[in-house]
Amino acid sequence: MTSLPSSSDVKLGLVIDLDICVGCHACVVNCKEWNTAGYGAPLADSDPYGKNPSGSWLNRIHTFEAGHGADAKVVHFPKSCLHCEDAPCVTVCPTGASYKRAEDGIVLVNEDHCIGCGLCAWACPYGAREMDPAEGVMKKCTLCVDRIYNTHLEEEDRIPACVRTCPTSARHFGDLGDPSSEVSQLVAARGGFDLMPEQGTKPVNKYLPPRPRQSASATADEVDLVAMAKKTTPSGFWKWLDQTLDRLPG
Amino acid sequence: MRPAASLIIFTTLSGLGFGLATLIGFGLMTAASPTWVVIHGVICLGLIGAGLISSTIHLGHPERAWRALSQWRSSWLSREGVLAALTVMVLAIYFADHLYTGVPRLWLGVIVGILSLLTVISTAMIYASLKTVARWHHALTPVVFVLLSLAGGVVVAAALSALEGMDGTVALTRLGMISVALALIVKTLWWLAAGASGSGSTPETATGLGALGEVRMLMPPHSEENWLQHEMGFQIARKHCHRLAWIALILAAGVPILIMAIYPSSASLLVVAALVHLIGIMVERWLFFAEAKHTVTLYYGARH
Repeated sequence: MTSLPSSSDVKLGLVIDLDICVGCHACVVNCKEWNTAGYGAPLADSDPYGKNPSGSWLNRIHTFEAGHGADAKVVHFPKSCLHCEDAPCVTVCPTGASYKRAEDGIVLVNEDHCIGCGLCAWACPYGAREMDPAEGVMKKCTLCVDRIYNTHLEEEDRIPACVRTCPTSARHFGDLGDPSSEVSQLVAARGGFDLMPEQGTKPVNKYLPPRPRQSASATADEVDLVAMAKKTTPSGFWKWLDQTLDRLPG
Repeated sequence: MRPAASLIIFTTLSGLGFGLATLIGFGLMTAASPTWVVIHGVICLGLIGAGLISSTIHLGHPERAWRALSQWRSSWLSREGVLAALTVMVLAIYFADHLYTGVPRLWLGVIVGILSLLTVISTAMIYASLKTVARWHHALTPVVFVLLSLAGGVVVAAALSALEGMDGTVALTRLGMISVALALIVKTLWWLAAGASGSGSTPETATGLGALGEVRMLMPPHSEENWLQHEMGFQIARKHCHRLAWIALILAAGVPILIMAIYPSSASLLVVAALVHLIGIMVERWLFFAEAKHTVTLYYGARH
């Protein structure tokens, strides 16, 4: 049923630390690898080695530059489904294939019922859903629902593939509905925020802002590289001395 | 948004069919003979049917389309499916009844008209309910869809009436002139009002990095265009927008109104007027998609 559950006490989600993500794309690759073999149809590519390679991915890393001058920051920005509490992608679904689980808040697609109309992707402000080029059904982050409850895996592996693989621990997984959970406390301590709060989707996933640069005041005077390059070579006596010294052997 | 041919054909043809069905249902035109009842039925159901079949072409799994009838509680797309199926059934019964008894049954026709209008409103609401596309998320969007559907219906009805040699042709062409003018005036207001409305989202709110200053894309997540950009990142040059809007207005309203004013009972020219109107509405519908900007493009360097 594509009506949203009244409210789920457990709100499983991700907390992504923009301060330490180095943009290595390991989470992107591990997500693709796990989800190609796991839940639902394989995550297909079309023309992967040809002229116009394309494919469905559930997690992508954008890179932005924010601010100007010496205070400008390069921010690597991983983006996947935010498992919104008011998920517009769920209510627009005409077949009931798109749904939000009452027990843990995960937003999923029942691929056997999906007609591939694409309306859920239109309703998502974030671009978190992509049509599978081979299967014709909508693909999205499952929060690795086939890992996190999977008792066949080692305890330490029962977290989403992207979190498991992140070499800098920029990704955290937990229950954001529980204020005492590690992720909730991290959000409270670091001032975690929502993406596009004005869209009214109430995302569960939170982002942690880049920390302010410690030496921001010291580097406030911009170094003018152009002026440095244009600096003239010595002239007059100093030029003669420079050239004479150059001519000396050794 | 990518102007998919299947959606343009669907919304224009079925919109026209539902408009004509409303007109016939409300008794604004009556078939001249049993043969014309059949022709009216074939045209109405043909336009609606062709549109509905076209709409299933863009599905990844058309064979599961029946499942779309289940979620009418929350989904406008599902409501549209249910209402369209219901309208087609009642419309078929209405024409069969007319053919069998020889007289149109007004109360059944009124139900046909109401169902047709509700279907067109549902189609419009699929777009108008999307907060992600500011241009569509406007109170006038469903008004425009309904008025264009009715105007198209009157123009086709006038052409049919002239072909049948009915007395009411000139009255229908007058109504056609008024309804086409009204529809395209409201459409122009929509262009001005909805075109100026923004989603309120920016690259700064999309990334949450606004506190650091202006946010610019440095690198996209991949080297090639992905499905999101293909589907929702369609771009059209601003100057072409204006030209195409004028072309849509001239074809959908200008030419048909001129023909209806000068030759209010010429069957062949009224058929031309209806066809030119339909082409104009297709240009209008192409722009409806092509001009619409989705918030996802904010992550790919766009600034709305």
